[in-house]
Amino acid sequence: MEALAEIRGLTKVYGNTLAVNNLNLVIPRGRIIGLLGPNGSGKTTLIKMINGLLTPTAGQILINGFAPGPETKARIAYLPERTYLQSGMKVSDLVDFFRDFYADFNRDKAFTMLSALNIPFTAQLKTLSKGTKEKVQLILVMSRDADLFILDEPIAGVDPAARDYILKTIITNYNENASILLSTHLISDIENILDEVIFIREGQVLTHMPVDQIREQYGQSVDAYFRGVFAC
Amino acid sequence: MAWNLSADKPIYSQLVEIIQIQIISGRYKAGDRLPSVRELAAEASVNPNTMQKALAELERNALIITQRTSGRIVTEDTELIQKTQSDLANEYIRNFFHTMKELGYSAEEIVSLVKEMAEKE
Repeated sequence: MEALAEIRGLTKVYGNTLAVNNLNLVIPRGRIIGLLGPNGSGKTTLIKMINGLLTPTAGQILINGFAPGPETKARIAYLPERTYLQSGMKVSDLVDFFRDFYADFNRDKAFTMLSALNIPFTAQLKTLSKGTKEKVQLILVMSRDADLFILDEPIAGVDPAARDYILKTIITNYNENASILLSTHLISDIENILDEVIFIREGQVLTHMPVDQIREQYGQSVDAYFRGVFAC
Repeated sequence: MAWNLSADKPIYSQLVEIIQIQIISGRYKAGDRLPSVRELAAEASVNPNTMQKALAELERNALIITQRTSGRIVTEDTELIQKTQSDLANEYIRNFFHTMKELGYSAEEIVSLVKEMAEKE
């Protein structure tokens, strides 16, 4: 089967700063992939270009054979670092908002997950705690039947029990045509659910390897390996 | 409750060992049907592809058999299960001896320490 996404020679320059530098990457289908790298390594810039929110200075991105645009946005479920939802909206209104927006949105799935995490449907987003807001957004994104899920720091603010639930949700929702790209600093919490990891440094792919290959080759966890590679 | 996995060894080989122990200890008995890959992955909190790889390894060793109609079952060959048990036991003992020798004990000293411990138990 063709790769889900292919990125060639991708470059992004901000003024004098080279944020992404001639980056090449193939994202296969049916994988859960960790996108790891220190602050300022270009993770979010890469993610925004894949989502069509930033225009590359040079290079090419193809998702399902399409350049970023309406066709790819319909197939990518994206959780940004920062919220973009109206804080005055009720949780249930947000669910309907997403259903109107995305043809692949599964309303029942969203309500099932909201109930499992005891999130009140009628509460306005702004009345919820920071962690609960993050859960709501993640549930909305994960309730789509997308080909590519891109989650930028999805578990940073939620409590360990909710984190476990979210990871279980990712595992059980997994489908063999879709992939999940997950950017995070909390590697040790999630490395058991990853197929492979991509290390990014200075806008380039440093390593792209299966988790078990790193453990076999280096005899240490991905977390320990990451700390070694990026030691300050 | 996620399975207890250590950080420095490949995940799939740890899954193989845990499932072997579950079979040896009778959580899954000879001829029992195993849960699906996805159910096992969720229980262990690991990636489904990794669980798939572990089950494939167990199939290669014939401890697990895939049936076309009813999914994966534990082998009915109880001798094979016993052999798996003694293989694992030997491996643990080898590792134990290795660690104890690093601590400076001779084989005879290790045996007598184990005897003492067994009498206290």
